[in-house]
Amino acid sequence: MSTASEEKLEIALTHEAENHKWRMDKKAGGDAAFKGMTALFAFAVLAILLLMLVELAGESFPAMRKFGWRFVPGKEWDAVQGLFGALPYLWGSVVSSVLALALATPLSVATALFITEIAPKKVGGLIASLVELLAAIPSVIYGLWGILVMAPWLQRTVQPFLAEKFGFLPFFQGAPYGVSMLAAVFILMIMVVPIITSITKEVLLTVPQSQKEAAVALGATRWEMIRMAVLPYGKSGILGAVILGLGRAVGETMAVTMVIGNTPQISLSLLAPAYTMPSVIANEFAEATSKIHTSALMEIGLILLFVTLAINILAQFLLWSVTRGQKGGGRI
Amino acid sequence: MTQLTLRKLKNSGMTLAMAAATLAVLIPLILIFIHIVRMGASSISLDFFTQIPRPTGETGGGMANGMVGSALLIALASAFGIPVGIFGAVYLAEFGGGRLSGAIRFSADILAGVPSIITGMVAYALLVVPMKGFSALAGACALALIMIPIVLRTTEEQLKLVPTTLREASLALGVPLWRTTLKVTLHSAMKGVMTGILLAIARISGETAPLLFTALGNQFWGKKLTEPIAAMPLQIFSFAIAPYEDWHRLAWSGALVLVTLMFTLSLTARYLGRSKQKN
Repeated sequence: MSTASEEKLEIALTHEAENHKWRMDKKAGGDAAFKGMTALFAFAVLAILLLMLVELAGESFPAMRKFGWRFVPGKEWDAVQGLFGALPYLWGSVVSSVLALALATPLSVATALFITEIAPKKVGGLIASLVELLAAIPSVIYGLWGILVMAPWLQRTVQPFLAEKFGFLPFFQGAPYGVSMLAAVFILMIMVVPIITSITKEVLLTVPQSQKEAAVALGATRWEMIRMAVLPYGKSGILGAVILGLGRAVGETMAVTMVIGNTPQISLSLLAPAYTMPSVIANEFAEATSKIHTSALMEIGLILLFVTLAINILAQFLLWSVTRGQKGGGRI
Repeated sequence: MTQLTLRKLKNSGMTLAMAAATLAVLIPLILIFIHIVRMGASSISLDFFTQIPRPTGETGGGMANGMVGSALLIALASAFGIPVGIFGAVYLAEFGGGRLSGAIRFSADILAGVPSIITGMVAYALLVVPMKGFSALAGACALALIMIPIVLRTTEEQLKLVPTTLREASLALGVPLWRTTLKVTLHSAMKGVMTGILLAIARISGETAPLLFTALGNQFWGKKLTEPIAAMPLQIFSFAIAPYEDWHRLAWSGALVLVTLMFTLSLTARYLGRSKQKN
C-alpha cells in the first residue's frame, strides 16, 4: 500500500524535475534567441556603415575606371559629352565651409563663454535652450529664408556696398546676383553656430571648479581666469566642436543648394555663384540619364563620405578625450 | 595701479565683446524665426490642410498630400529604425562588451555624422535601382538609416543608468533574462528612450536631401508604397526655388507647420528628459 503511493510520488517528482529541466532549457533558449536578436540589430549598425562605403565605391567604379585620378583635378562637367571633373565642387565645398567656420568659431566660443561664465545662470540657461531649439530647424527652412529673405537683401545692400568699397580686391568683383558664395557662407555660418555653441558649452562645463577658483585666488580678473584656466583646459574639446561643425558644413545640402547659385566655376570672388559637392548631387542625381553621369555623381558622394568620415573621426576623438573627464561646471 | 586699471578695462572690454557676440548669434536666428511665424501665419488657411497644390497660375491650394506623405514616411521609418536602434542598444548596454561593442558604438557615432544626402544615395542604389522606380518605401528606409544611430546612442545611455540591483532582483525571482530586460530594464528607462525617439522623429521630419531621389515627391496623392510620394520638406524646397509668389506663400506656411511640429517634439523631449532627471 505504502510502496504504491511512494512509487506514485517518485513518478510525480521525476516528472516535475523533468518538467523543470525542460522549462529551464526553454528559458535559456529564449535568452539565447533574445541575445542573438539584439546582437543582430547591433551589428546591423556596423554593417550599414560598411554597406555605404561598399555601395558608393561599387557604383562609382565606372567613373573611376574612365577618368582615374584626373577626376579630382578635372574642371569640365559636361553631361552631354560625358566629361566629368570634380574640382569646381571641391573648391566650392572647401571655400564655403572654411569661411563659414572662420566666421562661426569666434562667435560660437564667445557665446558659449557668455552662457557658462558671464550671464546669470537663468539668462544663460535661456540663451542655451534658445540656441539648441534653433539648431533643430531643418536645413530646408534655413534655405527658404536664405533664398527669399537673405539673398535679396545681400543683392540690394551688402553686395553693392562690398563691390563699391572693396571692388579693387579680387574677392569682391562682379555683378551682385544675391545667390552667391557669400550667401552660402552666411547661411552656413548661421547654421553651424548653434551646433558649435552647444557642444562648446558642454565642454566648458567640464572645467573643474578648483581650476577656476585657483586663478581667481591668484588675483586674476574674470577674463584672465577664462584665458588662463578655462580655455586651455577646454582647448581640445573646443577644437572637436569646431571640427564637428566643419563636418556639418561640408555635408550641408539643402540650404546651400538654394542660395549658392549652382554654377560650376572656380572664382575668387565671393559675389560670384558657385557649386558644392552635396549640391550637385541634389540637383542632378534624380535626372542623370547616362550611366557614367550617375557614376560620376556617386564618386563625388564617395569623396564627400571620405571627407566627412575623416572629419567626424577626428572630432569624436577630440571630444571623447574631454567628456570622459570629471564634471565641473561651477560659476565664479 | 595703472596696470590694474588696464587689466580691469580689458576685462570689461572682453565681457562686452562676448555679450555682443551672443547678440550677433541670436539676431539672425530670431529673425528667421520671426519671418517664419509672420509669413507663415499670414498665408495659412484651412485650404492649406485640405487641398493639394494647384498648377502654376491658379491661386490657393495646400499641402495636404505632403503632410499625409510625411506622416506616412515618418511612421514607416520609425517602424524600421526604432526597433533596430532600441535592440541594438540593448545588446551594447546589457550583453555587449569588448572591442566589438566599441566598434559598433563608434560606427553609430560616425553614422550620425554622415551627410544625409549620402544616406539617400545609398537607399537609391539599394532600393530604387532594383525596384526600378522611386518609392515611398525607399524614402522611409533612407530616413530609418538616419534614425538608427540617434535612437541607439540615447537608448544605450538610458539603459546604463538603470541600477544593476533592479535587474538582479528580477533575475532572483526567476524571471528569464529576456523578460527582465524587456519588462524591467527597458521599462524603467522608458522615459529616456522616448526622449531619444522624439528627437529622432524631430530630426527626420525636416530631412529633405535623402528624399530627393528616393521618395522623389508627388504633385498628387500617392496610392501605393511602391510609388513616389509627396513630403512636406520636398514641397517646401520645390516651392521656394520656383519663381511664383503663390508657391512662396505655400512654402512659408509649410515652414511654419514644420517648425511648430519640431519645436513641439523637442520641447516634449526636453520635458521628458528633465522630469526624468528629477526622479
